[in-house]
Amino acid sequence: MLSLNNICKSFGGVKAVDRCSFKTEENEITSLIGPNGAGKTTIFNIISGLTNPDSGTIRLLNKDITGMPAYKIAQSGISRTFQLTKVFRNVTVKDNLLIAKNTSEAEMKKMLESVYLHKPLDAIASELSYGQQRLLEIARALLKPHALLMLDEPTAGVNPRVRQELKLILKNLKKQGKTILLIEHDMDFVMDISDKVIVMNEGKVLREGKPKDIVKDKKVLEAYLGK
Amino acid sequence: MIHEYLIQLLTIISIYAIAVTSLNLTMGFTGLINLGHMVFFGIGAYASALLTLNGVPWYFAMLIAGILASVLGIAIAAITARLKGDYLAMVTLGLVFIAIAVSRNWISLTRGALGLPGVPDIIRNNFYYMVLCMSIAGICIFIFYKLINSQTGRVFQAIRDDETAAAVLGKNTYFYKIISMAVSTFFAAIAGSLLVHHINFIDPTIFDLEFLVVIVTILVAGGLASIKGSVISVFALLALSEAMRFVLVSPALIGPVREMMFEVILILILLFKPKGIFGKVDV
Repeated sequence: MLSLNNICKSFGGVKAVDRCSFKTEENEITSLIGPNGAGKTTIFNIISGLTNPDSGTIRLLNKDITGMPAYKIAQSGISRTFQLTKVFRNVTVKDNLLIAKNTSEAEMKKMLESVYLHKPLDAIASELSYGQQRLLEIARALLKPHALLMLDEPTAGVNPRVRQELKLILKNLKKQGKTILLIEHDMDFVMDISDKVIVMNEGKVLREGKPKDIVKDKKVLEAYLGK
Repeated sequence: MIHEYLIQLLTIISIYAIAVTSLNLTMGFTGLINLGHMVFFGIGAYASALLTLNGVPWYFAMLIAGILASVLGIAIAAITARLKGDYLAMVTLGLVFIAIAVSRNWISLTRGALGLPGVPDIIRNNFYYMVLCMSIAGICIFIFYKLINSQTGRVFQAIRDDETAAAVLGKNTYFYKIISMAVSTFFAAIAGSLLVHHINFIDPTIFDLEFLVVIVTILVAGGLASIKGSVISVFALLALSEAMRFVLVSPALIGPVREMMFEVILILILLFKPKGIFGKVDV
């Protein structure tokens, strides 16, 4: 599905991403974990074309997408959300969804229901709470035609109820066989839902493997807790 | 027959309505802080004046004026595509000073500060000219209304609210910003063209910043991203500005007091009602 090969990115003297390579498989949930500053969000921005890598290549569905502008990468099949939610605040919920895909009201309502967002279509997005905006952003990303869904810390910064709802949404998406690349800090949840976990530290891939192998790994524990 | 004075007022209101709604397209709906709007208005006026003075029929001159301004608008949008907010405001404001310098000094074309007198009328009869201006304003507002309620208009508003989010939804934001500028500058030039055929004269003062203050005040008072607000605001503020004529005793005061009025209104709106009367978007 998606493969990164030797991606490097420096900001000034800081190597944010250092020879990073990994793959995601179809119909699987791949999670990126690691301490703050490990380069996870930079990787997301590089994949979605918001940041250009210094070197390395990215392939999506066997097509080289390295260095392509963000909108073309989006058209090639990537949907993503942001760590700090980005909804179109001054327009309605309906317009937010229509920008993603020109579709019927019935499909939009169904989509809102599937993400537990109980708000009328004509509500202005800025009137939604932060958690609801997060749900709207996920609905929008899901509605946009895509092959790979990338979620950057979907459960961060929202109240416990929305957090539970988000976990349910992700479990439902897993059931549907969606291909997802996830950044998440809630370890129990990551280990529960992921098919593969990639641990990053200081811009490098430290370990990758099945959740049950990762939790026992000494190096991973060191990265998180110190020696 | 309507009173001659009212005819004059409605003609000017129609022309301003086109200028303000077209600015709303870039500034209100697409979020491009374009302070050079009156440059395109002035270029339309100059182009239309020069062409008709050289025997080109008015409808053709008006169309060429619109296209010329639009091409320049596209060029500016393409160059400034990566600039946002204040930076774009600075560049577009710079355009105003370039326009003033060029129109004053390219004497062989514009006759400099002497201006171009004798720009022909489109229609001799003022009443019919008013009807023409109102019709064109109506068409222009109808087109904007259709445009902003289309998928293209939705993308404009998405760019205003969050350009990155629009891009990751697969929208070529660069292209849409250019379209927005192209349409907006085309209609600004049409408005300029209608004005020059109305007053039959043009000189470099058409680029003066006071016009920009008037247009921006009307836009902000009516509310960004509200076409209804722009139209109502044009009527209200121009009528208020005309009322000065009857309130003030000394005619010498009318000009400066009007200028001051717009500036005071702009400040009051920004302080107490930053979204304007009908607006949905924060300034």
